[in-house]
Amino acid sequence: MSREEVFDRLNEVFRDVFDDEEITVTDATTADDIEEWDSLEHINLLAAVEQEFGMKFNMGQVVSMKNVGEMADIIISQIG
Amino acid sequence: MRELEYPFDGELILKKSKKIKRALLEGRSDFTKKRIAVLGGSTTHDIIRVLELFLLEQGICPVFYESEYAQYWQDVMFDNPELLSFAPDLIFIHTSNRNITVWPSVPDPQERVDGLLAEQYDHFRVMWEKIAQVYHCPVIQNNFEYPSYRLLGNQEGVYPQGRISFVNRLNEKFYQYAREHGNFYIHDINYLSASYGLDRWADSLYWHMYKYACCMQAIPVFSYNLANIIKSVFGRNKKALVLDLDNTLWGGVVGDDGPENLEIGQETPMGQVYSEFQSYVKAQKEIGVMLAVNSKNEYDNAMAGLNHPEGVLRPDDFVLIKANWEPKSDNTTAIAQELNILPDSLVFVDDNPAEREIVSAQTAGVAVPEIGTPEQYIRVLDHSGFFEVTSLSEDDRKRNEMYRANMARKVQQERFADYREYLLSLEMQGTIRPFEAVYMARIAQLTNKSNQFNLTTRRFTQAQIETFAADSAYITRYGKLTDRFGDNGVVSVVIGRLGTMADVEVYSRGETPGDVACQPEKQTKEAPGSVACQLEKQIKEAAGSELCPRGEQGMPDADVLHLELWLMSCRVLKRDMEYAMMDSMVAACRECGAGTIMGYYYPTAKNAMVKEFYQTMGFEKTDETDTGVTIWKFEIPAEYEKKNTVIDVESAS
Repeated sequence: MSREEVFDRLNEVFRDVFDDEEITVTDATTADDIEEWDSLEHINLLAAVEQEFGMKFNMGQVVSMKNVGEMADIIISQIG
Repeated sequence: MRELEYPFDGELILKKSKKIKRALLEGRSDFTKKRIAVLGGSTTHDIIRVLELFLLEQGICPVFYESEYAQYWQDVMFDNPELLSFAPDLIFIHTSNRNITVWPSVPDPQERVDGLLAEQYDHFRVMWEKIAQVYHCPVIQNNFEYPSYRLLGNQEGVYPQGRISFVNRLNEKFYQYAREHGNFYIHDINYLSASYGLDRWADSLYWHMYKYACCMQAIPVFSYNLANIIKSVFGRNKKALVLDLDNTLWGGVVGDDGPENLEIGQETPMGQVYSEFQSYVKAQKEIGVMLAVNSKNEYDNAMAGLNHPEGVLRPDDFVLIKANWEPKSDNTTAIAQELNILPDSLVFVDDNPAEREIVSAQTAGVAVPEIGTPEQYIRVLDHSGFFEVTSLSEDDRKRNEMYRANMARKVQQERFADYREYLLSLEMQGTIRPFEAVYMARIAQLTNKSNQFNLTTRRFTQAQIETFAADSAYITRYGKLTDRFGDNGVVSVVIGRLGTMADVEVYSRGETPGDVACQPEKQTKEAPGSVACQLEKQIKEAAGSELCPRGEQGMPDADVLHLELWLMSCRVLKRDMEYAMMDSMVAACRECGAGTIMGYYYPTAKNAMVKEFYQTMGFEKTDETDTGVTIWKFEIPAEYEKKNTVIDVESAS
């Protein structure tokens, strides 16, 4: 899956989870950029991303992930 | 909403919860508001988020109190003022094996393990007792799931030091408490986690990262199961299973294949599947579920199928059999009408998606589960929780027979030209008495289930019912009715409160003086009822016999009985039971020196049938508010002629 495709699908997930059709994420997007993205929504977001791509983040990845770009890197590394 | 019906896609619900919530709120407006306190021993945020959806789906609009992280015990034991002022209608305690603090270790002698067990149990017991004392509301308590690893391997359940043994014993103590205390319900997460898969459920990432007791993906299953208990406690269970026949209760089409060729019985694997399903359906009767048939068939063919020698279900297991060529949606509506229940009390089971679609589209409110293939029928119906058991009353177990008796009465009725003659032929015997301990569960159930013949539609928990029964300011009566065709059980409930004409103003707003005056923990300093509350206490202390609460000695001006609740089960409509109840209220007023009875009608979407009820009882309308509430007055005449002349009533005196 290309990085572009990953971002397209990530956008869909973000829009569903935050119920906002305007959201477009980039490599640099972080929780600071989306108002509703707090620590509680974060759990829900990761679960939704895992479901979308049929993969699981391990604890080390969850702890170290800094932005959406890093999230996309992990996804690509796991689904090939 | 399809997305929220079992079997559902939990991950979709988690992802799209905001959108689903919006659609639910736009879809209807007749929600019942309930205040639910969630006291957690772990994170509860997403449990509440999803629980809200499932409750909205059931017509319950929840307002939540959420304890701070893991403060379940402290909130109760140290009287958190926020929780006190929240005044919950229901408390849910979300604890898990992560909250067990005193696990045994392998070297511990048996006595020490027993001591730890008692200590851990007491931690919970004191909290439940405190809740019962302060909040008087239903409590739902998780039991404990099994630990995710086993130090003693397969012997964990054998040695008392093993954690599985400890969890089993602790759970048994929880069940014992539930058996001995009404209004206390177990949420069985032990079963739920097993059904879900314990390894997935216990994914420790969610505990260590977010302090969730189970994995995120299990939360919809969890919240669904919990919502089932809540809707059942608040009287929103389904009442009847409406079943198709061909390829639903047996394999094959009886009209085409002939009854001898149906797949049912032990001969073939598919025959066994249908036998097991018929046994499951038949057992539903034991928990009070009514069974009806809705099948496109010649009636004789349907009966031939139901009399198949290998079958488990028999024609007389059903209260109604509709086997004809009418659209199934019409049959479903007719079944609801003939049983005197609303379509939203029905569950329609049919293997054919097209039939499900027409019933679903044409008959609003009927639950139409996607039951899958025959070997899945039991799981889908069972896990759907349509008939979630929270109380098992004698009436539940007998309901099928009662409705069958009703059908027999109808046949009887057709033989009489004169209606009164028919009523007399039923040889009805009534019992009308103040609330008694054995009937509290049934009375509470009726207040939550009765929608049509219900003047004020006030819902009460069993704890509240018990409070009324014990409070001398209230006159309570339940009515039981038996006739030659059977026992109808408790079918009518009336609650009146003694007061003065000044109270009419409160009632006309849909409130009761009891709301403000007699619940000190909900009361604010300025509440106008505080004086009344003290007065009430004095009266209670001074009051004499139970039957004559205030008497002339107590409060001479409390001479008006305000009817806060009057309901009757529709299964005894037009049997004159309401007249017998009226006679009994008049008699009760006489004993207490109350000369006036005030009745109130609060309109709802479902109770139009009793709009003019008080007029038929001889009341006069005195007022009507702009919200449609009507106020009725009955001055008890010196010579009161009993209105009931057909039921032989044994009453309190």
